[in-house]
Amino acid sequence: MKITQRALAGTVESSDCMVMLLPAEELSIEIDSIVKQQYGHVIEKLVRDMLKKFDVTAGLVKIQDQGALDCVIEARVETALRRAGKEAKA
Amino acid sequence: MRRSMLFLPGNTPNIIMNADVLGADSVILDLEDAVAPNQKDAARILVRNALKTMDFAGCEVIVRINPLSSGEWEADLEEIIPWGPDVIMPTKIGSSQDVQTISACISRIEEKHHMEVGHTKLMPLIETARGVENSFHIAEADPRVCAIFIGCEDLTADLCCERTKEGHEVFYARSRVVCAARAAGIDVYDTPFTDINDDEGLRKDSEFAKGLGFSGKACINPRQVDTVNAVFSPSEEAITYAKRVFQVIEEGKRMGRGAVALDGKMIDKPIVDRARRVLEMAELIQKKVTVHE
Repeated sequence: MKITQRALAGTVESSDCMVMLLPAEELSIEIDSIVKQQYGHVIEKLVRDMLKKFDVTAGLVKIQDQGALDCVIEARVETALRRAGKEAKA
Repeated sequence: MRRSMLFLPGNTPNIIMNADVLGADSVILDLEDAVAPNQKDAARILVRNALKTMDFAGCEVIVRINPLSSGEWEADLEEIIPWGPDVIMPTKIGSSQDVQTISACISRIEEKHHMEVGHTKLMPLIETARGVENSFHIAEADPRVCAIFIGCEDLTADLCCERTKEGHEVFYARSRVVCAARAAGIDVYDTPFTDINDDEGLRKDSEFAKGLGFSGKACINPRQVDTVNAVFSPSEEAITYAKRVFQVIEEGKRMGRGAVALDGKMIDKPIVDRARRVLEMAELIQKKVTVHE
């Protein structure tokens, strides 16, 4: 399924992350993080797993991370996906 | 043991993730007033994930949900209950029916997720004149109710009076809910003191609440926790006296005496009960200190 509407979740406060979803023909993930060098690949895997859970195959996902824990990143991605009208696969 | 219950805004990761090091006996993850109306969805997902992944290091976790009138409370429960919060705090509870409506919804969710039905406890927040007048019925409304909690900010608005530091305007309401809770055999918690820069005022207000019979007090800032914990902890003198009570009872038993006295005062059942509570609480505090060391 494609992202067909813009959605935003989270903040740029410390320990939080802001997630922006935008319509696009292909799936791509952009990560801007204060810990990208060490944890960029971990963040990308978390995001890809969430997108898979919600059956998202196309769209642009922008992550602005301020050192959020995994459970926070997952929460913000899920909130953005739900705001974009997506539901997790049963 | 809940000497202090610290409110933490439900949509603020950097505060929630440090919940276990703030010193409070309980934390209240707030989905209600501390969350903007357009962020309710984000907060409940964040709080759910925190419950899923954090162990809170022995700190009790209470989740404050949105009121029955909000259209949000069922979604709050659907998201939160499966992850086993210790207590749910429903807001603006005005009657026993309000409690029963929420309890029935929790039972449905517990059943759906194969949880023990009745596992999740409730601490209704009483913050309306109607709630105060119905407080005994609220306290006895459902076996899930483990305590009641008075919130005096909304209450004074409902009473059409000004909220003051002295609190004369809520004296009746505070006394009424203490009496209601004790009659129902449950705990009762006091409203927060809202001036976070007035530590002396906080101490006096906490001592007054303890004197009325409250079990503990809510805090709205981590800076308030130490003062509230100190006031609601038994003093060294009280612990020493409680130990002496049990020593005297033991001595009396050995000597075959039916009645015993300490410092010229007869030791009767209320004194023994109070001494037992003091020692139980001292033991719990000691355990908590040991865990955090």
